[in-house]
Amino acid sequence: MGEGGRRVSSANQGLTVWYAAPVSAAGPPPNPDTPRHTAVVRVTHWITVIAFFALLLSGVEIVISHPRFYWGETGNVRTRPLFTLPIPSSRDTVPTGYGYVMPDQNGWSRSLHFQSAWAAVLTGLIYVISSLWTGHFLRNLFPVPGDRTWRAFWQVMAKCLRRAPPEEAEARSYNVVQRIAYLTVIFVLFPLVIWTGLAMSPAFDSAVPAAVNALGGRQSARTLHFMVSGFLLLFLVVHVTMVVLAGFRSRMRGMITGRALLPAERTLEHVGERP
Amino acid sequence: MSPISRRKLITSGLAATAGVAGLTAAAKVAQHYGLIPPDHGGLYGPGQTLTYAAQRVLTTHSLAREFPRGMISKLPFANETPPPTDLFKRHQATGFSDWRLSVDGMIARPTSLSLPDLKSLPSRSQITEVVCEEGWSYIAEWIGTPLDEILKAVGALPQARYVVYFSTDGNWWDSIDMADALHPQTLLTWGMNDGDLPVSFGGPLRMRVPRQLGYKSVKYVTHLTVTDSVKHIGKGLGSPNPEGGYAWYAGI
Repeated sequence: MGEGGRRVSSANQGLTVWYAAPVSAAGPPPNPDTPRHTAVVRVTHWITVIAFFALLLSGVEIVISHPRFYWGETGNVRTRPLFTLPIPSSRDTVPTGYGYVMPDQNGWSRSLHFQSAWAAVLTGLIYVISSLWTGHFLRNLFPVPGDRTWRAFWQVMAKCLRRAPPEEAEARSYNVVQRIAYLTVIFVLFPLVIWTGLAMSPAFDSAVPAAVNALGGRQSARTLHFMVSGFLLLFLVVHVTMVVLAGFRSRMRGMITGRALLPAERTLEHVGERP
Repeated sequence: MSPISRRKLITSGLAATAGVAGLTAAAKVAQHYGLIPPDHGGLYGPGQTLTYAAQRVLTTHSLAREFPRGMISKLPFANETPPPTDLFKRHQATGFSDWRLSVDGMIARPTSLSLPDLKSLPSRSQITEVVCEEGWSYIAEWIGTPLDEILKAVGALPQARYVVYFSTDGNWWDSIDMADALHPQTLLTWGMNDGDLPVSFGGPLRMRVPRQLGYKSVKYVTHLTVTDSVKHIGKGLGSPNPEGGYAWYAGI
């Protein structure tokens, strides 16, 4: 159904077919007053944005105090690293090859990191519970039946790489690549970054030793935490790039006010809906 | 935009009142069960409190991981701090034969213990990991007298809530709650890897708290105070670390 709807929309140009285009085209056309994103999605999205930037900044500061990564249980400046970041350190005990030591910002960075982690995790819990309750995951994020193929996935990717403008339907619903990216972030990367972070807590490890042992040890947990954070940063960069390409104003409006389209556009659309 | 209805106003008012009442009650209960850390104030107080309270509920009695002998690090990192003062050097010259650990505060018998006194108490050996907040770590065997045994010997009073420990360097001190003070793995350590504890690793006497980060494991310990409040010590934050932004509770 989804694919059929889209083919119609790309073959026609008129306003009237905007409604032929929703990715999940089954059912009656949505009420134009229905927000693009629910209040829970919008509020949790922006709290997560703030928490993520705080985690990123403080995480970078913490890494600067020891920009060496190891594998296994233990690792320190006397043992061989898995890899080293080519940056100076905020500790004079770390051999970096640089002739100077950066200012120590670890104190507030660590406090900010853990407080933001609490904010992100609690916000994530609210989001996940509410989304299970409302069916948000199944309705808006799980790929629609016609899209559960590699072909559907690559079609969207190819369109994106050709820099084709987004379809109107994509202002109202996610395409299959977006859905898979968001599901990966929500159900793979966030759980992994929480797990690898908790595995570095000596108190948590005393209660749940498997949390760190299953990752191959404390230094492996730290290295994986760094790598998963890198993937989250990569997602952020691609996500913001796509928002800009798809239309920064309308997408931001959608996530802030809940309205993807201006009132004038909605009126036109509403008129077009009933010829 | 529809005007706010009376029902909405009443519901929100009730919800806000219930929220404030709930938070106040939660704070009271948390205080009663010892879930509020000394550094609960300030910008990062909520985070410190959440972490400490969660860990106290989850991990009061759990044991830090202990490792097989084969995992002892061949290259441990001492993170050497210059042993302070001329007094320390004089102790070092005499092989620490005059080193004393004085214990005072809420105890039945104020005491000063020599290293042989400490070693005559029941001791414990354990192979645990030292974890620095910077990210590095190593595993060593630590041999020492459980703080719990010392507290028993001096008759710590039941109203005790913290043990404060001081290094020869007056600016280096810290404190732990009774959950960690009575924990079997919290050792006043005098041996490492089958030998005496080297000065670079904190010898002759180091507090080892393996369920918290390395900065809680203060080196060159000479003095313990048992207390029901840390408000009157230093800036009242339980340690100088929170002044630099570091959490008092370092179990994360």
